[in-house]
Amino acid sequence: MTQQPQHTKTKRYGMVIDLDKCTGCGACMVACYAENNVPFRQDESDKMRSLNWIRVMKVDNGKPFPDTQVCYIPMPCMQCDGQHMQGHSPCVSVCPAVATDYDHPTGIVSQIYTRCFGCRYCMAACPYHARKFNWWDPKWPADMEKYLNPDVSARMRGVVEKCSFCYHRYQKARDKAYVEGREELHEDEYQTACARACPTNAITFGDLHNPDHAVYSLSRSKNAFRLLERLNTNPKVYYLSSKSWVRRKADNYLEGENPEEIREKARKAAATH
Amino acid sequence: MTTPAIPEGVKRCPTRQFTLWLAVVGAVLLWGVYAMFLIWYKGLNQTGMNDAYGFALWIWADLAVIALGGGAFFSGFLTYIIGKKELKSIINYAVIIGFICYSSALLILALDIGQPLRGWFIFWHANVHSMLTEVAFCLSCYFAVLTIEFIPLVLENPKLDRIPFLHHLSHNMHEVMAVFAATGVFLSFFHQGSLGGVAGVLYARPFAYREGLLIWPWTFFLFTWSAAAVGPCFTMLVTWLTEKITQKRLVRPEAFQLLAKISGWMLLTYMIAKIADTWYWAAVTAPSKGFSLMDFYSNNPVYGIWILIAELVICGIVPALILITRKGRENKRLLVTAAILAVLGVCINRWVMVLQVMAAPLLPFQDWYMYIPTWQEVATTILPVAYGAILISLAYRYLPVFPHEKELNPGQ
Amino acid sequence: MFPFAFEWVWDISHLVFMGGLWYALSIIGAGMTYCIIKSLIDTVADEAGEGGHGHH
Repeated sequence: MTQQPQHTKTKRYGMVIDLDKCTGCGACMVACYAENNVPFRQDESDKMRSLNWIRVMKVDNGKPFPDTQVCYIPMPCMQCDGQHMQGHSPCVSVCPAVATDYDHPTGIVSQIYTRCFGCRYCMAACPYHARKFNWWDPKWPADMEKYLNPDVSARMRGVVEKCSFCYHRYQKARDKAYVEGREELHEDEYQTACARACPTNAITFGDLHNPDHAVYSLSRSKNAFRLLERLNTNPKVYYLSSKSWVRRKADNYLEGENPEEIREKARKAAATH
Repeated sequence: MTTPAIPEGVKRCPTRQFTLWLAVVGAVLLWGVYAMFLIWYKGLNQTGMNDAYGFALWIWADLAVIALGGGAFFSGFLTYIIGKKELKSIINYAVIIGFICYSSALLILALDIGQPLRGWFIFWHANVHSMLTEVAFCLSCYFAVLTIEFIPLVLENPKLDRIPFLHHLSHNMHEVMAVFAATGVFLSFFHQGSLGGVAGVLYARPFAYREGLLIWPWTFFLFTWSAAAVGPCFTMLVTWLTEKITQKRLVRPEAFQLLAKISGWMLLTYMIAKIADTWYWAAVTAPSKGFSLMDFYSNNPVYGIWILIAELVICGIVPALILITRKGRENKRLLVTAAILAVLGVCINRWVMVLQVMAAPLLPFQDWYMYIPTWQEVATTILPVAYGAILISLAYRYLPVFPHEKELNPGQ
Repeated sequence: MFPFAFEWVWDISHLVFMGGLWYALSIIGAGMTYCIIKSLIDTVADEAGEGGHGHH
């Protein structure tokens, strides 16, 4: 296990989600709710106002029985690197009060609840609908307040929130490493709640810059793709699927365009970064 | 019935009739105020907005009302900087209309944010790269300029004018008005533009995104241009309506004609630029992100190609062609029709650049998002109209808004 | 908005944006200050004129 990353000291924390393994069980969602104190209402049927930091989307190939195939796609915040990989994520560029910022040492896009005044411009900018708004104040049932995670601040109504790649876990891991007199974190020391909870290990989390981390090679696999790559958001959440119809659902194509060709071109261009 | 509070030489309706009018409009206003209270007290769950519609009716109302209030800055530019003396007949009213529009926009913004008490963060913790920061600063500064342009008119109320200091103040402010007007033009150019920039910089939203010049997407210039073109139309429309209600000629015909002609040419040139921009976006920009034009105008219950035709042709080219012809301008019915169509056109444009952006799906496995505003949103959007009617009524009654009213209505 | 704010950086974006803002605010402030001071002077001159010559 190497202590120093091969390429650069800057980390790019990312995720690779194997859609061939995802069963759609939702354990990642539940773990995320619990870890990040995400509130919920008594009636959660209005999904358009429901708070969630990772959602599992169900898609199918559109064919009738017996050719129907279903795929589950967990979608956290994509922690976009932005148009020229410079940290100009679509949401970061537009926030008028610097309530969201791209952290260059880790590549994680932060959300500062005490700074956010709820203009929702970042929500308009995000193509993945990763950002959620607190339409109500949180109301925890019974004694649940006692079970909240003390490492994650609760949010009040009127502010935007989103997946933070469990940044508080990164901070704790850094603290532990500091106490032990080292700078670098082992792959296992900083893992998101959803990655830990996944029963099939479909979610792999780590430093995309570090060749010793699993995500490094997984993200370069030939079946790896990202959602809406043509928008140049450069998300750090990769997906794996052996099924071409799933890969085709990840982006928009015009009539007559060859999705695999376009993906290959994009991958070659990305490999030069 | 003349009282010392009403400017000399003009007639106004009896106080009882005026109070009754204020009471009726006031009832609508109070409905809006009640909705406002609900929103501030209970939160934005009172609206029909959701996580797909972070921007909705209020943002549209803001954009539309600011575009329509562009008559103030453009008329000010023409009057004080270019020196078109004919417009002195209408400039006061243009300022009042602008004042109403901008104060309404600020009020709606105060309602729209999730944490109104933190609204000052946009100034104190400004992100200079965000278009919305630019909007907030320029809007607020320009509102200050509009207030400064409005104050001399208020001070000309006979009861206030009697006070020597206030009399001198209004006179001195008139003397330097060109400086304030020029600053207003500068600020307006930027905030009208950056409202367009708000949509145009969204590179992850292909329906809104536009290429541009340096940091400014083309929508930046198109929004300023359309505001300058259609703002005067709105001013003319409100003036015409006021003349109809008061049964008086208030503004010299030359002012109307000049404003209509300039507005017509601005509208025509704007439409050429807008159509060129739309073509480039549909042929190059959107396809590079995997979208064809019809992807944005099909498979949903509301947004069909009709809306594009309405914006560009019916409410764009048609009013422009009417206004650039003398025949069109001199026929009152055609003039008013053209003004209404132009106003509608800019409202459609602002709607499309906010709500259709939010509605359009991005991922192939997502569907169009629909939105219906709640009564609280509608009431608070109508609130500025009621407030505007009240302010105009008070201004018309107690201030010398129309300098040529006496000469145009010799019977009084 | 001010150089002592946490996120203020002395880069070209801040210089251009805040420079333009403060320029506009200064013109507005200077204009209003001029109007108010001149009006005060005019009012005092008026009163002095009235007291001295008794016209108006």
